[in-house]
Amino acid sequence: MNLNSKVPPGPINTKWTQYKSTIPIVAPNNKRKLEVIVVGSGLAGASAASSLGELGYAVKCFTFHDSPRRAHSIAAQGGINAAKNYANDGDSIFRLFYDTVKGGDYRAREANVHRLAECSVDIIDQCVAQGVPFAREYGGLLENRSFGGVQVSRTFYARGQTGQQLLIGAYQSLSRQIALGTVDMYNRHEMLDLVMVDGKARGIIARNLLTGELERHAAHAVVLATGGYGNVFYLSTNAMMCNVTAAWKSVKKGALMANPCFTQIHPTCIPVSGDYQSKLTLMSESLRNDGRVWVPKNIADAEAIRTGKLKGSMISEDARDYFLERRYPAFGNLVPRDVASRAAKVECDKGHGVSPTGLAVYLDFSAAIERYGRSEANKQGLHDLPKARIIEMGEKVVSDKYGNLFEMYEKITGENPYKEPMKIYPAVHYTMGGLWVDYNLETNIPGLFALGECNFSDHGANRLGASALMQGLADGYFVIPYTIGTYLSNEISTPKIKNDLPEFLEAERKTSDLISRLLSIKGSQSVESFHRRLGKIMWDNCGMARNEEGLIKGRQMIRELREEFYRDVYVPGSNDEYNPELEKAVRVADFLEMGELMMLDALNRKESCGGHFREESSTADGEAKRNDEEFAYVAAWAWDDNNPVMYKENLVFENVELKTRSYK
Amino acid sequence: MDMKLNIKVWRQKNSSASGAFETYQVNANEHMSFLEMLDVLNEDLVSKKMEPIAFEHDCREGICGTCCMVINGRPHGPNAGTTTCQLHMRFFKDGDTIVVEPYRAKAFPVLKDLVVDRAAFDRIIQAGGYISVNAGQAPDGNSIPIGKERAARAFEAAACIGCGACVAACPNGSAMLFTSAKVSHLGLLPQGEVESERRVSAMVAQMDKEGFGMCSNVGACEAECPKEIKLDNIAFLNRSYFKSKFKGREA
Repeated sequence: MNLNSKVPPGPINTKWTQYKSTIPIVAPNNKRKLEVIVVGSGLAGASAASSLGELGYAVKCFTFHDSPRRAHSIAAQGGINAAKNYANDGDSIFRLFYDTVKGGDYRAREANVHRLAECSVDIIDQCVAQGVPFAREYGGLLENRSFGGVQVSRTFYARGQTGQQLLIGAYQSLSRQIALGTVDMYNRHEMLDLVMVDGKARGIIARNLLTGELERHAAHAVVLATGGYGNVFYLSTNAMMCNVTAAWKSVKKGALMANPCFTQIHPTCIPVSGDYQSKLTLMSESLRNDGRVWVPKNIADAEAIRTGKLKGSMISEDARDYFLERRYPAFGNLVPRDVASRAAKVECDKGHGVSPTGLAVYLDFSAAIERYGRSEANKQGLHDLPKARIIEMGEKVVSDKYGNLFEMYEKITGENPYKEPMKIYPAVHYTMGGLWVDYNLETNIPGLFALGECNFSDHGANRLGASALMQGLADGYFVIPYTIGTYLSNEISTPKIKNDLPEFLEAERKTSDLISRLLSIKGSQSVESFHRRLGKIMWDNCGMARNEEGLIKGRQMIRELREEFYRDVYVPGSNDEYNPELEKAVRVADFLEMGELMMLDALNRKESCGGHFREESSTADGEAKRNDEEFAYVAAWAWDDNNPVMYKENLVFENVELKTRSYK
Repeated sequence: MDMKLNIKVWRQKNSSASGAFETYQVNANEHMSFLEMLDVLNEDLVSKKMEPIAFEHDCREGICGTCCMVINGRPHGPNAGTTTCQLHMRFFKDGDTIVVEPYRAKAFPVLKDLVVDRAAFDRIIQAGGYISVNAGQAPDGNSIPIGKERAARAFEAAACIGCGACVAACPNGSAMLFTSAKVSHLGLLPQGEVESERRVSAMVAQMDKEGFGMCSNVGACEAECPKEIKLDNIAFLNRSYFKSKFKGREA
């Protein structure tokens, strides 16, 4: 298969503008006749569904939640990047493009990233117009802060709830279209198969999660905005219901899964506290603006902390190792996520970890609190204040910036982060890999599009903070409304697709068979227990550090687990009712295949890049060693239970020079 | 610390069946969240081939608004400003009996066990809880300065997660806090002020149509709101509503 990225010709900074003006347009009278299915209602899905509805297409939008407002985009905390240069600190579209390509360790497609940077500017305008209450300065203008991996302030935010506010904005736009009748909304419906007719995506099979009924929905095109697959690791910062099923069913129909091994491990999560846990909580990257990451220099101190004999605040300044500042003086605590995560792992592996499990490092705000307190006192003309008063004033400033995050931390851990440093540890957070798409965001299956985290296109091997929200909304508001025209303009004479075509009936029957099979196994182990075991295999062998031996072993273990699953899983209840265990069983069945493909992809990529760290490919001081000669390509996989096949899209860098990524 | 608890929970097969309380024992510990405790109980029920308790949950970070249950008579349990997923077992004692029920409100019918249908909230938003702007129409984000104070008030109203605790807490089953939070969020911003009269009329009309009760200033909604949305939003709604009526605008 020849992967054609369809990147338009011309200089990078005018490609998109020129291309946009040449994309065929569908006339309004024809738009009404063309049906588009959008699966997912997060930032990408809701913005795509509402924008396509605004244009006049007949849209059906599906979510497995009880309301489109619940999608996991809502949990994004820190912010959204945009090259507005409101801070006058030298930002530009090119710099955002450059930072994103570099941050992704040169494994993203240049043209897509540049377009993303261009759209970023419009996103902020759009969101402000929708009523998103971004943080503002006293003068009433929008405020910015900085984020990992960059040296400018280009992140717009709404306290620690940016994702929520952006999603509510998109949800409201979607609600308006629902009221206007351009979008039919299907809540509590999960896509369980893609239906193809004559080689084109023509619909989906969806299960009504309340009644169990399978429904056949036909359309001229299908847009997937179904998020990432981080839950293959069981423990992640993803919401409990996030899954790979919609994307994976498409892979089983021939769509290619690109760079599946590119997983982002986020450095600042609340550490695991017990084996009953099914979910980890992120602490926003924005905290690294003011928090300093450290571990005790002496292993004896770390041991005393682990057994509760000492507290972090008791360790004197000279006995602390601020290891990010030490190793990466130029970026310090604001190195990108992959770098920060690995560094924390190295310290814990050496025995410097600070929680009872030994898997935690400190994120400390005491210096920031004092600094802000002094600055606040100076502003008010109060000199010679006692230290306690300064600290109090500083805590107020920090509370204004991160109050809800501090509260969340205290609720979960029972510790006060104003007084004791936070304990954090890396956890699975985001997946850069996803369905292979071309410049139009169309997969290799004609008529099947993938947006947001669901596709692979913009973040390479590592995503920079505050870029996921940007990509979801760029894809939905400003890319797909144009690029879907390349496909739909050829469909104007295609009559309404009938949902009783043999292909629909066949897909429905197969889905029904799968559900019956899962319910009839009646084994002895819960779905949850299989998921937990899969997660452990993934984390141990395909986590923060990977090697050939572990990946080979891990792949074999997953195959065995999959076999055991189909032999011994127990799914309670029946199909014709609200049955969350059955929903989970279908999702875990797909994770059991996706996990294997991730191992295989990680095995194939014998280089370290971004979130993918192969122990065999590292420098003497433990930094990742990329291999551009052999691996500057996108690995796009066609699934086959025995022998998945990999296709390459070579990456060409014409505007960014390939360099060793250094944050030192 | 390990704790043995009795969980007295509402079991109801579906919306047409009648439900009843069942009591189960569970071994938990103080570090678990309330939902993790229910996970442990459900794992135990599944291992005994019994049907697990249906409850809704997703982000488990207190932001998606999916989890909803009444714990010992209070939506989201005993702690202020806390969703069920963020409630931890250290606030309970070994040997406690904890009563867990679904939200009880006419406009939120029970679907199964602790799961209720909150689609009425979506329909209130669809009635007018938005600013009418299409993708691509927006002027520059900094073209209209908004005072920091006003933006902060809008933000505080916008922090609503649509969980429905306000309705469950209200003796009248009123959705005034939810509706007013949206009316204030959008009405406080210059971008949203333009259509505020039409918005408030339409949203209030939809709220009534859905079968939510009237507001009689009890204030239980504010007390139970996990995002601490303030009652003064209701005052804002009332002012906007009367203004729209005096101007003679249609709903």
